[in-house]
Amino acid sequence: MTKTTRIFSYLAAAFALLALAGSAMAAPDLGQATKQATNWTAIAMFAVFVLLTLFITKWAAKRTRSASDFYTAGGGITGFQNGLAIAGDFMSAASFLGISAAVFLDGFDGLIYAIGFLVGWPVLTFLMAERLRNLGRFTFADVAAYRFAQKPVRLFAASGTLVVVLFYLIAQMVGAGQLIKLLFGLDYWIAVVLVGILMMVYVLFGGMTATTWVQIIKAVMLLAGTTFMAFSVLSMFNFSPEQLFAKAVEVHAKGDAIMGPGTFIKDPISGISFGMALMFGTAGLPHILMRFFTVPSAKEARKSVLWATTWIGYFYVLVFIIGFGAIVLVGTNPAFKDAAGKLLGGNNMAAVHLAKAVGGDIFLGFISAVAFATILAVVAGLTLSGASAVSHDLYATVIKKGQTTPGSELRVSKITTIALGIIAVLLGIVFQSVNVAFMVSLAFAIAASANFPVLFMSVLWKGCTTRGATVGGFLGLITAVGLTVVSKSVWVDVFHNKAAIFPYTSPALFSMIVGFVGVWLFSVTDSGPRAAIDKAGFEAQEVRSETGIGAAGATAH
Amino acid sequence: MEADLVQRVKNDPNYQKLVRTRSRYGWMLALSVMVVYYGFTALNAWDKAFMASKIGNGVMSWGVPLGLFVILFTVAVTAIYVRRANREFDALTDAIHQNAGAGTAQPAATNAKVTQPTKVRA
Repeated sequence: MTKTTRIFSYLAAAFALLALAGSAMAAPDLGQATKQATNWTAIAMFAVFVLLTLFITKWAAKRTRSASDFYTAGGGITGFQNGLAIAGDFMSAASFLGISAAVFLDGFDGLIYAIGFLVGWPVLTFLMAERLRNLGRFTFADVAAYRFAQKPVRLFAASGTLVVVLFYLIAQMVGAGQLIKLLFGLDYWIAVVLVGILMMVYVLFGGMTATTWVQIIKAVMLLAGTTFMAFSVLSMFNFSPEQLFAKAVEVHAKGDAIMGPGTFIKDPISGISFGMALMFGTAGLPHILMRFFTVPSAKEARKSVLWATTWIGYFYVLVFIIGFGAIVLVGTNPAFKDAAGKLLGGNNMAAVHLAKAVGGDIFLGFISAVAFATILAVVAGLTLSGASAVSHDLYATVIKKGQTTPGSELRVSKITTIALGIIAVLLGIVFQSVNVAFMVSLAFAIAASANFPVLFMSVLWKGCTTRGATVGGFLGLITAVGLTVVSKSVWVDVFHNKAAIFPYTSPALFSMIVGFVGVWLFSVTDSGPRAAIDKAGFEAQEVRSETGIGAAGATAH
Repeated sequence: MEADLVQRVKNDPNYQKLVRTRSRYGWMLALSVMVVYYGFTALNAWDKAFMASKIGNGVMSWGVPLGLFVILFTVAVTAIYVRRANREFDALTDAIHQNAGAGTAQPAATNAKVTQPTKVRA
């Protein structure tokens, strides 16, 4: 038996034991309101998914030798595959369960929320996707620091990446823990540890190749499952949305109010600010940007965003139908509610209960497994992007000043992967009670205010300098985090102050302006010798970003 | 990249045309997405009554089809860009690669007839 084969058989055995231990420990806790009986169908389906992905990881491990294989799957992913992988990377459990729950609770407001996540894609396609592919190799810092002094800009880019990745990871870990507790009847900590170990295995052994295929399989499963649910719901109403909505209005506690905007957009400033966080945050999410380096050319990068946008748009339409289906089929059925009339397991379970209502226990098991797979795929992508920021940007460029071997860089990525896995598990346990949707929107706001302005200005504005990019980027980052701390979600809800200093729900409108003005101001006032080099480098950068001349292609296997 | 290659590419009329056309087109489409999306958001913030008002005799409100329109528009506008880029911008890019004599030229994605020096009518 080879070394890797042995490792994988140990892992399979360990997971079987962990699942058994979890179910055994779960049994005495059945009385808890938030915990479900152990769902064996779901566990069996999930085990099949895990075995399949471990098998893929083993296959990918053989193909992952160089740094380029590890970070970008050798750049050999096709546009169609990458489109599905991007969709798999982006459609998180927060999207599926969170948005269907929002529709279940408030109707139309859930649609407003979903649309925000979609509209960033065309902007990313038109202005950034091809240029990113032409300039970058492994991380978005390759693009942001292309013509600048490497050390300060990469230091910023790695900070921006790690902050976004950590907030996003916490959200996914907490979501995973709660979800698995509810779906499988496992303890919270076992669920979080399980997710942490699996994501480490995918990334550590299979790198980007394994991560990509886990995301593709998950995207196909999620799209198939949600299509079946939406189709089943519509078929009960003769495929007439009007009939479905009419029934929903009839049975919903809020009545006709679910057909129009409610309290989701509190005031115009909050609405615009939140919209900006979602729209421009998409173009600043490091794990999404990294996916553009996995395709062989700018043309494939462009194709992949079109596929991704199509799948994600289709998915949100389905989620809207699923939410209304849940109003009618779950909201009216006492079997899905506790004694107090609340949904079993909380409102986030609306889509899961609907799965049982339309497809019985087996389909419930399938959707539960899909929800868990969804989290795994997203955390694997996040971990990989965090690990590459540390190894490729911090270690290789900032600490070793470019004097490294690909081997030592790869070793640092693997150590970072393990470290990030452990940190994610610990933070997931510490922040158990955090609001998942809030953490996700915070990650988007930071990405929009720090990563996006620097990326945008360095690629498109000749006058941008090292100083401007670094100072402006950090200002955007600090403002986004600072305003969040003094907003209601933290200042009042966490620190128990009386009133919030910052009155709006999202900082993006203000912190994005700070980021952009910061980059501009600290560039135009920069007359040092480095600024002259930075500006002189723009022509060559522009030619490469527009044409791809000199860009790295796919590596041969 | 050597300085003379950069200058050679910059002086290629195809390059000037590509940069000019593509960035104008990209910005125009990006702006259209922003107008549609922030218009939708503004209606949800300022005119909630309109979004909730009924289209016909049933329960269907204006908000739902408008929201679905934003989703369809987002996908459609991306498809429109990619379609033009695949036909026109790739032909220009291939011609620029040929003229620059860059060995990294991607395989021609279109059947644009390329001679040296090439100028693409697109």
